[in-house]
Amino acid sequence: MSVVRKAAIVGVGQTEFSKNSGRSELQLACEAVRAAIADAGLEPADVDGLVTFVQDTNDELAVMRGVGIPEVRWTSRTPFGGGGASATIEHAAAAVASGAAEVVVVYRAFNERSGHRFGQPGAQVSAPIMNLHMPFGLDTPAKMYSLWFQRYMHVYGLTNEDFGRYTVVARKHAANNPTAWFYGKPITLADHQASRWIVEPILRLLDCCQESDGGVAIVVTTPERARDCASAPVVVSAATQGNTMTGEVLFNYYHDDITTFPEADYCAAQLYGDAGLAPADIDVAMIYENFSPVVFYQLEAYGFCGRGESKDFIADGQIELGGATPVNTNGGLLGEAYIHGMNNLIEGVRQLRGQSCNQVADAQHVLVAAGRSAVILERG
Amino acid sequence: MILPRPTPDDAYLWEGAAEGRLLARECAGCATLQHPPTPMCGACGSTEWTVRDLSGRGTVHSWIVSRHPSRPDEAPRVVVLVQLEEGIRMVSNLLGVPLDAVRNDMPVQVCFADYEGLAFPQFEAAQFEAAESETAA
Repeated sequence: MSVVRKAAIVGVGQTEFSKNSGRSELQLACEAVRAAIADAGLEPADVDGLVTFVQDTNDELAVMRGVGIPEVRWTSRTPFGGGGASATIEHAAAAVASGAAEVVVVYRAFNERSGHRFGQPGAQVSAPIMNLHMPFGLDTPAKMYSLWFQRYMHVYGLTNEDFGRYTVVARKHAANNPTAWFYGKPITLADHQASRWIVEPILRLLDCCQESDGGVAIVVTTPERARDCASAPVVVSAATQGNTMTGEVLFNYYHDDITTFPEADYCAAQLYGDAGLAPADIDVAMIYENFSPVVFYQLEAYGFCGRGESKDFIADGQIELGGATPVNTNGGLLGEAYIHGMNNLIEGVRQLRGQSCNQVADAQHVLVAAGRSAVILERG
Repeated sequence: MILPRPTPDDAYLWEGAAEGRLLARECAGCATLQHPPTPMCGACGSTEWTVRDLSGRGTVHSWIVSRHPSRPDEAPRVVVLVQLEEGIRMVSNLLGVPLDAVRNDMPVQVCFADYEGLAFPQFEAAQFEAAESETAA
């Protein structure tokens, strides 16, 4: 049983999303954390827990000093990069549900474009698992993931153009979102097809997420305390991770059937079962997409369409506003920004508060899926 | 070319390649084949292991064309996920096949090539007729 309706999101904060923030990652973290606390109507002294990514460079004590948080009794960090984005909420929810902490702030901030750029090939392998992959030419995340995606394309008869139809929707949503880097810049399928190959014949440039600078923070507390906060609470219906023995984060080639995403299947079963919800109950799906094909796998894992049917589901307009399951209404990581998936959680909150730029009418439940972790959020 | 830095858990692969053998780690306790290798068998808990010579025959389960983004290789490399006939999968390269002739599920056969003094197990299109006549002989 995962953490079911025992925690609420009461504050969200962010910096601007850019390509060159002009300030330190720590400053971005502090700005986002302070903004989230203020959004909740709380003070820094109310915070007694902090959660971030293993990969985050911002030390908890440094954030406390900057924001003015006197004492913290809970810290934890989530593994697997962006795949663990929704696990931050699971950690925070578990902390407040157990009483280990009462007000937990989740944060993630980086200069991922102007500072260290992810995915730059190193000169040598950096971990044992790399020995079996990197020397053969899998030296960037785009290539690592593409070797997984290509089998799906083969089995279900997709071409890169099918992935482009997702990107067009993401950019359409971003075009209407002032916080999106690609605000006011929709694209056509022809634009997508004219962008250069990154990994032939799978990914073009416009299938890849952005590189972004920015910070995001989210305040989680108990449902009881949430009632006294400034904003309308958003309840964590359920939160889970999906880690499987035969899985790999970057090299997910060893499951029996690699046209599926067993980690996402596991998350879906946990969340729907624990929250007592079904795919039809989800009004908006925020789906982590470092690369566009990941959306296809997750649409199927969460039961929004059948196996191999994402291509047609997307082509039929079902992930747009007015469709069966609007997806990534902020523009996603391709259109809004790549804050390691955390900006998708903020959009989930905006939808449930009725504050999205691409508002889905009367949204009650939002899925925020990050590959190997996921949450369902609901109106409090 | 990024070279591996063999660890105690995968040194057998590179040592085998240097001898022209495609090896997989096999649990000494329950004979489970492990790839990627682990130091402890997830099936039985044994830390004792041996290696098994593989046939080197398999099929292309998936493939991509790899071009280095900033330090171009001499030629694009085809990276393949090979479904080996023993039931495990292995990432490698496909050599000698034009890009427009690469197909999913095409049969392939291991070959070995040296890079900066280290032997790599790689694959080429399977030569079925030759293999059959050799077997017949």
